[in-house]
Amino acid sequence: MVTAMVMAVAEGVVQAGDGGFFADTAGIMLILPFVAFALIMTVGKRLPYHGGEIAVAALAVNTVWATVLFVMNMTGGVLDQTTFEIGSIGSGLVFELGWVVDGLSIMMYFLVNFVGLVVFVYALGYMHGDRRLEWFFAAFSLFAGSMLVLVGAPNLIQLIIGWEGVGLASYFLIGFYWEDLDNVRAGNKAFLTNKVGDVGLILGAILVGVSLGTFDLAELGAAAAAHDEALGAVAVAGGLLLFFGAMGKSAQFPLHIWLPDAMAGPTPVSALMHAATMVTAGVYLMARVFPLFEYLAADTRQLMVVIGAITLLGIGLLALVVDDIKRVLAFSTVSQLGYMMTAVAAGGYTAGLFHLFTHAFFKALLFLGAGSVIHAVHSNNMSDMGGLRKEMPTTYWTFVVGSLALAGIFPLAGFWSKDEILATLGQEGYITVMWVAVAGAFVTAFYMARCIALTFHGTYKGHGHPHESPPIMTRPLVALAIPSALFGLLNIPGVSLPGIGSFTEWLAVREVVMGDHHAEAIDFGLAAIGLAAALAGLALGWLVYGKDAVTQMERDRFQVPLLYPLLRRKYYVDDLALGVVGATTGPLARFVNWTNNYVIDGVINIVGGAVKWLGGLVYNGLDQRGVDGVFNGLSAMTDGAGSVLRRWQTGRVQQYASAFVAGAIILVVLFVFVV
Amino acid sequence: MTLTQFLVIGAALFALGVYGLLVRRNLVLILLSVELMLAAVNINLVAFEAFLVTTQAIGQVFAIFVITVAAAEVGIGLAIVLMIFRNRRSANVDDLSLMRW
Repeated sequence: MVTAMVMAVAEGVVQAGDGGFFADTAGIMLILPFVAFALIMTVGKRLPYHGGEIAVAALAVNTVWATVLFVMNMTGGVLDQTTFEIGSIGSGLVFELGWVVDGLSIMMYFLVNFVGLVVFVYALGYMHGDRRLEWFFAAFSLFAGSMLVLVGAPNLIQLIIGWEGVGLASYFLIGFYWEDLDNVRAGNKAFLTNKVGDVGLILGAILVGVSLGTFDLAELGAAAAAHDEALGAVAVAGGLLLFFGAMGKSAQFPLHIWLPDAMAGPTPVSALMHAATMVTAGVYLMARVFPLFEYLAADTRQLMVVIGAITLLGIGLLALVVDDIKRVLAFSTVSQLGYMMTAVAAGGYTAGLFHLFTHAFFKALLFLGAGSVIHAVHSNNMSDMGGLRKEMPTTYWTFVVGSLALAGIFPLAGFWSKDEILATLGQEGYITVMWVAVAGAFVTAFYMARCIALTFHGTYKGHGHPHESPPIMTRPLVALAIPSALFGLLNIPGVSLPGIGSFTEWLAVREVVMGDHHAEAIDFGLAAIGLAAALAGLALGWLVYGKDAVTQMERDRFQVPLLYPLLRRKYYVDDLALGVVGATTGPLARFVNWTNNYVIDGVINIVGGAVKWLGGLVYNGLDQRGVDGVFNGLSAMTDGAGSVLRRWQTGRVQQYASAFVAGAIILVVLFVFVV
Repeated sequence: MTLTQFLVIGAALFALGVYGLLVRRNLVLILLSVELMLAAVNINLVAFEAFLVTTQAIGQVFAIFVITVAAAEVGIGLAIVLMIFRNRRSANVDDLSLMRW
């Protein structure tokens, strides 16, 4: 079967099974987290882990499903789609919900569920005893469920539903500690920045869907592969709009500003958000509509590659100057997303997605490791850490594995995926961008060396006595360290593992087979350059930060004039965003205000005055004298009658009984003597 | 024995009940007076049945119904009296003139 698949990729036809039972019931993965959400909200309060066990159970079942599908896809390929028609607009546009089972979605199912499960288990320990736990786990389930709806989407409509669900759940979770106003602001910032991108996504989806007559993604791909004319006419605009949406979710420059602030949420949220559920959505979208860029909108590639390159180097540099350990990792994520986006944009479908795959494991690992440290020292700042390698050995060693994987050190996962991106960029002729990516690898290694040195080496500078986290938190770290170390071997260029093939072949299982620009063999020269850059980064980072430094001034002694303040202020992009919004909305608001005060209000005042005069006439003449007179008279009569009659209500039972008896006697007398 | 004798006893008993109902101040005794009136009615029913209608025992059936309803009524009545006494430490109707203007 494996050879057959390799053949199939070459010929443009994929042979795959339909997946049978597990593919037909894959929708259970999309539904279970929502069931968990409902259950946690209703009965979570009464359970010992406040609903955490429900969330873990749901994702555990999901992981079983995803793993079975993943293995089936490894060994024979699985291609299936199940949809239910919900409704239609007019005669043409049909709205369906369902789930796609192909190489890409299976990879994402596995990633979201596995990483999600590990993070959920970790959260049981990390969040123990925290506020609003059931709400945390409910929103967490919603987060994972929305992402699964997104990656399982057979059409753009369902994709948007999942997309918005992810945005909403992330808003809940970033602002989870809403007692602190800064966290609420961070949630708002994330939500609004995402919304800016969402406009692009929705407009792009409408443009593409209406011109094609369907929102179905498989048909979109088929039409693109067939160079459909109606689609071709809007391909560039539609592609750019969709890319704009992906920029928002995947935090590409300049819409990256929300991601570092999103660190306001609890650490497990950051881990999930940065690894599997949120920021990968943009890259996933680009991969889903890849045929559009491959066949029709190739002109947009230059722009997308440049944006990815700016993101991967520019934002990576920011990680050098921040003190908050989670922010270091956040800038790192933005930078790595730049790698993925550049790769996918340059045509390296497999390269970008393989980096997404490996990055999910080691970035989740790094965040959970950072969470473990924060849990121990009760501070996010690396200036409060140092020397923790003795007290926290498991956290230390897993963190080192994750860092080396991220830095791209042979033979850990990041080395293979980053090398593949470099190879793709070189092969596609983006030589300058390739060197930018090499520089990015150097920067990545540098800031990770800095992070490890400041956190785990030197002397402890915080308060209290930090100690290793409980097993419920350290075991997830180990569970993620193993794939972080080994999964790079799944896709060595030109190597097909016996019996299961390679990552490239698994991903090639999809409805529309397109020319994938992946490298056919290892380019040893390029791999050596990438590795050398990473090693140089590590060495320099260690040289600068390895020596124990007590004060912030000493830490930052390498600071370069001009560059350092630029980095500290994050290239002034945040300020610029605020400034531009402020500067443009200020005069606009004043103009609108003036129009409002003098033009609209004038008209309204005239109309209002006339109505008021008329109203006064009606009020005094008709209402006050006529209508009110009648009602006042009636109520006065009722009032008077009441004040007389209520005297009868004495409350004395025997008076009532006497009246009753008297009445009875009168009736008897009437009956006997009168009638 | 004539019908009149029974009716006189019934009327006397009924008058006694009405008197007790209007004069007594203790709630329990008022309830007892009501029972007296019901007993008077029962005597009338049975007497009319015995002297006027001879075959169908309608009067006796009615009397049984009245006794049943009276039992239920006095059960509820006594429960109410008990609650009132617990709340107000008194079973005197003059203390209970709450439902008024």
